[in-house]
Amino acid sequence: MSANGYETALRGITSVRGVRGAMVVAGADGLVVAESLMEGIKGAAVAALAASLATRLGRAMEAGGVGSDVFWHLQAERGALLVVPARSGMLIVAVAEPGVNAGLVRLELLKAAEGVA
Amino acid sequence: MTARAVEAWTLEPLTTFVQEAGVRLVLLMTPAGQVLAQSGFARAVDVMSAAALGAAIFASTTEMARQLGEAPFAGLSHQGEKHGIFLSSVSTDRGPVVVLAVYDLSATSLGLVQLFFDQLAADLRGASPKGSEQKQVLAADFERELTNSLNSLFGR
Repeated sequence: MSANGYETALRGITSVRGVRGAMVVAGADGLVVAESLMEGIKGAAVAALAASLATRLGRAMEAGGVGSDVFWHLQAERGALLVVPARSGMLIVAVAEPGVNAGLVRLELLKAAEGVA
Repeated sequence: MTARAVEAWTLEPLTTFVQEAGVRLVLLMTPAGQVLAQSGFARAVDVMSAAALGAAIFASTTEMARQLGEAPFAGLSHQGEKHGIFLSSVSTDRGPVVVLAVYDLSATSLGLVQLFFDQLAADLRGASPKGSEQKQVLAADFERELTNSLNSLFGR
């Protein structure tokens, strides 16, 4: 996929009201592949920590015999992190405000994951 | 995992980096390969060879950058099947410090190592004694300095 393709994949996510940024992250390395973030969001830090968390969650889910993760949503005081792993090993990550429509973000994340698979 | 330092000011930043980034082995050294601190190494001979190789890689990439008319490269990363290495440098008041980190791909990632390297760089800059450039090791003193360093690094 070209750089433009990644940007297109992210555009749908960032168009959702309350989303402050979206990224494509290499799951194995925790490095940013493409990003569209509002100022003040530390993309490299989010990417590295989200990938680390995804690896650990994946292990926990496999150990629990529930299969691989398809979507996770971490709600914090001042925002949320929503992630969908793509089949290629990429992670599609959204950083959002607390009141965001999580269902809509999930839909856009899944669409983007199909695009980068 | 025990970290040991020849230069005491490097110890706390190094320990924090090892804990946060989850790296397996770390060497802090001068561009000449003189070791300032280490974590994870069990044998002096491994420290000596890693320092020599790390300093040689650093010198090669710095020279390549110079020939390209570039500033020295910010970092260098290689990955194998199970392990990766990350090599970079930090400017401090004591002169440049070269950092060589070896990490286990099942325990951490390049992204995390880079992320916490930035923190290590800031911590080293903050902790370095001000106004005191590192003294050069003269050939005549080399053997004694090396022995002293290895004794410090392995607690002998």
